[in-house]
Amino acid sequence: MEKSFFAPTKAWKFLFRKPVTIKVPYEKREASERYRGFHINDWSKCIGCGTCAKICPTDAIKMVEVPELPQEFGKKPQRPVIDYGRCSFCGMCVDICTTGSLKMTREYVHISPDPETFIFMPTEKGIHNAEFPLGWTRDADSDLLDLERVEMEMVEAEERVKSFIEYVRGYSKERAMKEASRCVECGICTDRCPQHMNIPEYIKSIWNDDLEEGLRWLYKTNPLSSVCGRVCTHRCEEVCSISHRGEAIAIRWLKRYIIDNVPLEKFDEILKIKPEKKDKKVAIVGSGPAGLSAAYFLATMGYSVDVYETMPKPGGVMRYGIPRYRLPDEALDKDIAFIEALGVRIMTNVKVGEDISLEKLHEEYDAVFLSTGFGLGGSTKVPGTDHPDVIQALPLLRAIRNFLRGDGPKPKIPRKLVVIGGGNVAMDVARSMARLQMMEYGEVHVHVACLERTYEEMPADMEEIEEGEEEGVVFHPGWGPIRVIIEDDKVKGVEFKKCLEVFDETGRFNPKFDEENRMVLEGDMVVEAIGQAPDYSYIPDDLKEKLEFKRGRIVTNPSQQTNIPWLFAGGDIVHGPDIINGVADGYRAAKGIDEYLKGV
Amino acid sequence: MGEVKFFFGPNHPGMNGNFSVHLYVEGDTVVKARPIPGFLHRGFEKLMERRLWFQNMALIPRICVPEPDINEICYSMAIEKIAKIDVPERAQWIRMIVLELARMANHFMSFPGIGGPLGLYTGPNWGVADRDRILDIFEALTGARVYHMYIIPGGVRKDMTPKIEDLIQKTIDYIESRLPDYENLIFKNRIVHTRLKGKIILTREQALEMGVTGVGLRATGVPYDIRKVDPYLFYDKVDFEVPTATEGDAFSRVYLKFLEIPQSIKIIRQALEKMPAGKVNVRISEGSALRYRVPKGYAYVHVESSRGEYGYFMVSDGGEKPYRVAVRGASYPQGLYGIEKYMPGTRIEDVPVWLATMDVCAPEIDR
Repeated sequence: MEKSFFAPTKAWKFLFRKPVTIKVPYEKREASERYRGFHINDWSKCIGCGTCAKICPTDAIKMVEVPELPQEFGKKPQRPVIDYGRCSFCGMCVDICTTGSLKMTREYVHISPDPETFIFMPTEKGIHNAEFPLGWTRDADSDLLDLERVEMEMVEAEERVKSFIEYVRGYSKERAMKEASRCVECGICTDRCPQHMNIPEYIKSIWNDDLEEGLRWLYKTNPLSSVCGRVCTHRCEEVCSISHRGEAIAIRWLKRYIIDNVPLEKFDEILKIKPEKKDKKVAIVGSGPAGLSAAYFLATMGYSVDVYETMPKPGGVMRYGIPRYRLPDEALDKDIAFIEALGVRIMTNVKVGEDISLEKLHEEYDAVFLSTGFGLGGSTKVPGTDHPDVIQALPLLRAIRNFLRGDGPKPKIPRKLVVIGGGNVAMDVARSMARLQMMEYGEVHVHVACLERTYEEMPADMEEIEEGEEEGVVFHPGWGPIRVIIEDDKVKGVEFKKCLEVFDETGRFNPKFDEENRMVLEGDMVVEAIGQAPDYSYIPDDLKEKLEFKRGRIVTNPSQQTNIPWLFAGGDIVHGPDIINGVADGYRAAKGIDEYLKGV
Repeated sequence: MGEVKFFFGPNHPGMNGNFSVHLYVEGDTVVKARPIPGFLHRGFEKLMERRLWFQNMALIPRICVPEPDINEICYSMAIEKIAKIDVPERAQWIRMIVLELARMANHFMSFPGIGGPLGLYTGPNWGVADRDRILDIFEALTGARVYHMYIIPGGVRKDMTPKIEDLIQKTIDYIESRLPDYENLIFKNRIVHTRLKGKIILTREQALEMGVTGVGLRATGVPYDIRKVDPYLFYDKVDFEVPTATEGDAFSRVYLKFLEIPQSIKIIRQALEKMPAGKVNVRISEGSALRYRVPKGYAYVHVESSRGEYGYFMVSDGGEKPYRVAVRGASYPQGLYGIEKYMPGTRIEDVPVWLATMDVCAPEIDR
């Protein structure tokens, strides 16, 4: 009884203690190191991908266009705006930020009678422009992205150099889905792709295991997906938002996965292309990427399309340039077969300008699309290049593919080869020849020299260089040829001088050399792969006069229409430099031709 | 004297949260009571079906304001059970520490809070101040004071640092030193004895019939604690006791909560000692958080919250969002059926005591 009466009075001792509360706002209290306070965003790092807005569970983040921001590839001119009336301060936006630009500070007090101030676009400074220490930041534990690419199975270098089999094996279903799961659907890749393919959409359909849907997305923009899925220059992957902190999504391989895993017989049923036939006819000169792309899109619009091709088989550079280990005939055949199934007629072994003239095409067809590509090679024109064992890359690649297909004789295989050039064509020559040497002599002796001083400067893809090295190709970046050494009328090698600079201050090609620093590469054959040139000999002079040329390329309007209304052009002769740009040209030309023919 | 109806809550100082009871009284005695839920209904279970697996982490803590972590752990454990994921050991220990801290934080609102209806206002003031010290730990460890969003499927979001361990040690030492003060102030207080002892008795039969768990059941002598009955995390690897009583009255329900605090401290001390180094989470699914998927399946998981058995039944159809989540709120039985069935007979001044000692938590009833 007494105990229960007196015990509570012990609390009276607290009368003489200081209060535990602090007097806000006179006294400040700093938040803890991990505190999830107001956001800051480093605009120099932010790419406007919008992943923060996607993960936001309360829809507090909106991406807002910022017109002052420059329009550039790999970045969207938009920045996140946060509505602190909705924000739950969960920090998921910080944990998933693809660049790490979005962070949280320890600032946590904002009082205002104006509700508009609670909607805030974070910059490097916080909501009150005051410096606060960082709060919640992403670390390896809290990271919400998957940064590691699913490795592509490839045939080992020792094995693949012995033959021309396709060494990239392609993804299995599990691996493709795993790779697809890393995508955050920002669409920065779509902006970068010359043809603006619906990349996030088809990756999502892989993730949903709906390849038919994926195929429909592919064919909306690209009838050469089987080719592009193998040899596209994949500019999309360079800008992939995941690549800022990790490895880019293997967009190219995922495209290949879709097209490889839907049988050709089902294409018709899935894509359901049933255009209304139109009574207009279009001729296409050249069956390369641009020509085939234009043919496909015109056919889907209902035009009857005839493609004229000089070579015995359609495909252009895809059939006669790119080596078989990267692009087997079967892959190309699949794409072409579907285009032909739409009613496109491909006339092979017909050379426009000789077998049929351009004027004749104009008479018989309502519009003509030129996509003849760059069929001629360039030469360094140093002394000795006129020797028969100094050859051009493109004819050699053509000869190798013909030989492998059984359509041509075996090309001359040197014991020692020197390749001049640092682009993908030079890589194709070097790696093809390495294979032929291995098959013929059991050893590889290929040296590649180019002006560019580092691997990064070289126009070739890094993976091409790395894989070439694995196969035994030796690279010598930073050397310019002086002369081809010829003794007893036989090629013995090439003498080089050190290249100091490739481009001058204005960015123009103007190499500077160190004349003293020299080097000799031995070889009994030299291949020049320093760029290609167009052949316009099939265009009659009167038409040529009307056309406008700029640096060897035909000038067109955005619809690929030349100065001659019925004549459209695309591909390397207009834009270059790769297949996907050709596809894009073909797409634009098809639309341009459609509009032109509707107006006629 | 006729029957008078009056409204108790949702805006009443003696009310536990946004909840209302319509009382029909004759004189001072309640003859009929009708619980009126729904003021806090936000449709959580439905909202979860429309959010990604990971996005829900920001939503679920809000089901229970004073002790949000039980939602995080149930949600996470259910996913882990469906997807058959082994969580790293360190993460499990950290989770236990967080859960026990949350239990203490909740009890510090709850048992001194009985001072509210009784007029002993020193209790709530002390309780809230000491609870704030636990919130300081949460702030340091999880980055937020109330809604932590820290326990995630696969582990916890960030690692515990030595500095935070130190803070926990210091805080629990302090709390331990404060317990005699509370005992003197509240549990050795004659007024409290008069108001609570032998009042508002919930018998074992009544508790079992309604499905009351937690202190409500333990106060009737049933040692039912999920941590012992169906151990989750590493509760089977630590030494602690479950305090029980036999009276089944309001006082024992409050006092049991107080007795649980030293047990929680004991568990935290052991966890800090036994916690190995290592990873703190694993991915529940491949890909980015935008694409997490949980395999097809269903699971029921339950944990011992400060109010009793708290559980999640979760169904996944293999997609990117939950197919169905059903929450078993610990105060659901007594909060709805209990009020209607057993509140009549109580005097008006005891109604707030009834609601406080029965642990009626409005947000988890309404959801």
